[in-house]
Amino acid sequence: MEMPIPDPAVLARKSRVQERLSAVLPADAVISDEAETRAYECDALTAYKCPPMLVVLPASTGEVSDVLRICHEEGVPVVPRGSGTSLAGGALPTADCVILGVARMNDVLETDYANRIIRVQTGRTNLSVTGAVEENGFFYAPDPSSQLACAIAGNIAMNSGGAHCLKYGVTTNNLMGVTMVAMTGEVIEIGGAHMDSGGLDLLGLVCGSEGQLGVVTEATLRILPKPEGARPVLMGFDDNEVAGACVSDIIKAGVLPVAIEFMDRPCIEATEAFAHAGYPMCEALLIVEVEGSEAEIDHQLSLIMEIARRHNPVELRESKSADESARIWLGRKSAFGAMGQINDYMCLDGTIPVSSLPFVLKRIGEMSDEFGLKVGNVFHAGDGNMHPLILFDANKPGDLELCEAFGAEILKLCVEAGGCLTGEHGVGIEKRDLMTYQYEPADLEAQMAVKDVFDPQWLLNPAKVFPLSVSDARRGVTPVAAE
Amino acid sequence: MKPENEAALAEMIRSANGPLTITGGGTRGMTGDGETLETGALSGISLYEPGALTIVAGAGTPLAEVHDALAAENQRLAFEPMDHRPLLGTTGAPTLGGVIAANVSGPRRIQGGAARDYALGVRFVDGAGNIVKNGGRVMKNVTGYDLVKLMCGACGTLGVLSEVALKVLPVPETSGTLVLQGLSDADAVDVMSLAMGSPYEITGAVHGAKVHGDETVTALRIEGFEQSVAYRMGRLKELFADRGAEIALLPAETSDALWERARDAGPLSNVAGDVWRVSCKPSDAPGLVARAGAQSHYFDWAGGLIWMRMAAGTDLRENLGRFDGHATLVRAGAGTRAALGAFHPEAAGVARLSAGLRARFDPRGILNPGLMGPVTAREVV
Ligand SMILES: Cc1cc2nc3c(=O)[nH]c(=O)nc-3n(C[C@H](O)[C@H](O)[C@H](O)COP(=O)(O)OP(=O)(O)OC[C@H]3O[C@@H](n4cnc5c(N)ncnc54)[C@H](O)[C@@H]3O)c2cc1C
Ligand SMILES: Cc1cc2nc3c(=O)[nH]c(=O)nc-3n(C[C@H](O)[C@H](O)[C@H](O)COP(=O)(O)OP(=O)(O)OC[C@H]3O[C@@H](n4cnc5c(N)ncnc54)[C@H](O)[C@@H]3O)c2cc1C
Repeated sequence: MEMPIPDPAVLARKSRVQERLSAVLPADAVISDEAETRAYECDALTAYKCPPMLVVLPASTGEVSDVLRICHEEGVPVVPRGSGTSLAGGALPTADCVILGVARMNDVLETDYANRIIRVQTGRTNLSVTGAVEENGFFYAPDPSSQLACAIAGNIAMNSGGAHCLKYGVTTNNLMGVTMVAMTGEVIEIGGAHMDSGGLDLLGLVCGSEGQLGVVTEATLRILPKPEGARPVLMGFDDNEVAGACVSDIIKAGVLPVAIEFMDRPCIEATEAFAHAGYPMCEALLIVEVEGSEAEIDHQLSLIMEIARRHNPVELRESKSADESARIWLGRKSAFGAMGQINDYMCLDGTIPVSSLPFVLKRIGEMSDEFGLKVGNVFHAGDGNMHPLILFDANKPGDLELCEAFGAEILKLCVEAGGCLTGEHGVGIEKRDLMTYQYEPADLEAQMAVKDVFDPQWLLNPAKVFPLSVSDARRGVTPVAAE
Repeated sequence: MKPENEAALAEMIRSANGPLTITGGGTRGMTGDGETLETGALSGISLYEPGALTIVAGAGTPLAEVHDALAAENQRLAFEPMDHRPLLGTTGAPTLGGVIAANVSGPRRIQGGAARDYALGVRFVDGAGNIVKNGGRVMKNVTGYDLVKLMCGACGTLGVLSEVALKVLPVPETSGTLVLQGLSDADAVDVMSLAMGSPYEITGAVHGAKVHGDETVTALRIEGFEQSVAYRMGRLKELFADRGAEIALLPAETSDALWERARDAGPLSNVAGDVWRVSCKPSDAPGLVARAGAQSHYFDWAGGLIWMRMAAGTDLRENLGRFDGHATLVRAGAGTRAALGAFHPEAAGVARLSAGLRARFDPRGILNPGLMGPVTAREVV
């Protein structure tokens, strides 16, 4: 993985930058001690690490503004950070950067049930947003699996989604406004408690921009009333293709489940050995969940089961109680942990049109043989968001590289099948160099033109998203270090 | 100019030497002062996968063609785009590109989202003649920046769309509408907020006179499976039994017309006056109406959208003062349009970013100049 050479001129200014930052922040909000900055050396993509030059932990929009103004004046790159759970290396520091963490900014600023919004500081964790409103019967819909830890800041930057986005959408569909601080320190309000944007949709642009356009400090989020109830059905098939067809048929029938999850045989086997959820041993397993009143749930599940029966399932298990529901979800929820028990793994995140599911799974199986690495597949089938988990041995020399090469081939396959490189984890550094497979130079140029407008000097999280060779000129860099 | 394909479109824009007025069906009824660039030949559905809920079509495809193709599979555009012809007295066939470029969304916006929430991918030609694609045809995609959203609502000022990929949804089994008679604006917003905060999944909430008959009504729409619709209507009726309003339950057959009328600004059509569209926080709506001095008005989006009819030439924005939202001038004479501008002035920071984006995507300032922001001094080659 290539990262830009740290700028010696910036490193030489370290003590001055530190002094200036200390003048505008409380003493404990500027971290320069090497042992402490190490805690920020990577995000959840732990294969790459680099301690930053400095870490700052501001507590307000005003402090963020001060920090950015100073870094702008000093020409110091800034990497914004929420909780550091990115799987794409989005929050990976460079040695010459300031990490700006928003973890101390976690207040609820306003809850407004009549208008169905909540306004929070962006360091607040995803799950605690729901926590703030659930007593009143509301919830915040986007539910990444990391929701206990990840922050709204990172959710906005990565446009994160979760299992229930088939019905409720991802972050961009639930975000109504932000307070954003530009690299110059200017505070900009975009959107708000009203529903549509007046002019250009800058909010849509900021959401998913991976911390490159501005630092988001406050967010107005849409909250929704909790459904009366929800229940899943579990179905097993002896053929991936048949399971894929079943997914399409359910969707076509006009039932709109909140989640359709898919697991393949390697994943089922690993999960069973680990969590003992009582799953059937078969090629493909679906968990379909619906919501509504009791009667409505019964009705929808009966329709779904009728469709499933037409595809000769080897197992069909309708939940009748909260306990049975929990058992059905148990395996799915422990799938990642289960795979991790067998081996180290790399979790990919590509998207495909649902119709290509059987073909893509078959090809992944063949490629698994070619590369000699096992793969388990668990994913959000309703929207084609795949998470192939490639097993490898981190202690075996060359295995990580082999795994990365295999991963890249799978993502290219997703693009060839009409899908894309990432459905929810983002590009970061991980998929940066694959961008040219999905986008032509003009496509990337148009995206980079947006960054030029928001951050003309490319100081915000500059080495992410775009292949370094493509963004070199803009970052004012000529040589690139190979590591 | 009427390019036959994307390459020709790119060539025409590249070699343009003056402003262009981008026109789909032209139902918006506004023509700029540039040469007309029609998208009508960039037409046709290139991919439709009902099982994946996706459709891809040329930007010039008539909306009716998209509707028909979807209806054949019992699917639809869930964002329910309005038809502006009744309100504006225009003719022509609305196009997919026009709807996406203007981010046109109807009553279901409150529950299902706006046009921009259903746009999965676009292809467009920027003001320099570059062909650009963004997004794709899958539900989830966070590969790079989301220019799809940026193009939705840019009204052709950043690029001319050549192709659009959309998420579609199944048509529910049935629908029904709960109608409460004679509530005040404030009580109606309260009722609509409570309904929206209930678990009964309201997919439309409008209030006003002439939405349904001549009286003032508050209408709540529910969609889904037959028994579920009946159940939820019943629950809502109980919920609002103490409001002192007469409550009627309309089945799908009689309520569809109501929603179409609300969607298309029916209550303000065929009456003189300027028509404005105010996007606001629902609970602010009654107060805004009190300040507006409108001749008539009604609420959509549970109060989050106010349609107002003003005496010709009145500056509604001045009457409203500062508020969380914006007011767009939708129907007015050319003089008023020129004087007030269709779009709400933006705060300084946002305006600078918007202008910066325009300068990048349309460096010569030739795409619908002046439509969304001030005409810049950029030189037209
Ligand atoms: C076990 C596990 C499960 C996961 N499951 C899911 C899942 O189901 N769905 C999903 O979408 N993701 C998932 N993720 C990925 C990750 O949790 C999300 O990307 C999350 O949104 C990151 O949030 P964070 O606060 O940790 O951000 P960080 O990792 O701190 O940062 C992520 C990105 O956001 C930027 N950023 C951070 N703060 C700001 C700010 N204030 N302003 C601007 N930019 C900022 C950073 O620069 C970086 O580019 C999972 C991760 C793990 C470890
Ligand atoms: C803020 C706002 C203001 C509106 N104001 C009016 C109004 O004053 N009068 C009115 O009649 N309707 C107005 N509308 C409605 C809306 O424009 C039409 O309902 C819809 O666009 C109809 O499609 P059409 O093909 O007839 O579009 P057209 O009327 O042809 O075009 C609509 C807009 O989209 C642009 N456009 C069309 N095709 C493309 C393309 N392929 N690529 C890029 N841009 C394209 C046009 O330049 C124009 O700005 C407004 C909508 C919004 C959101």
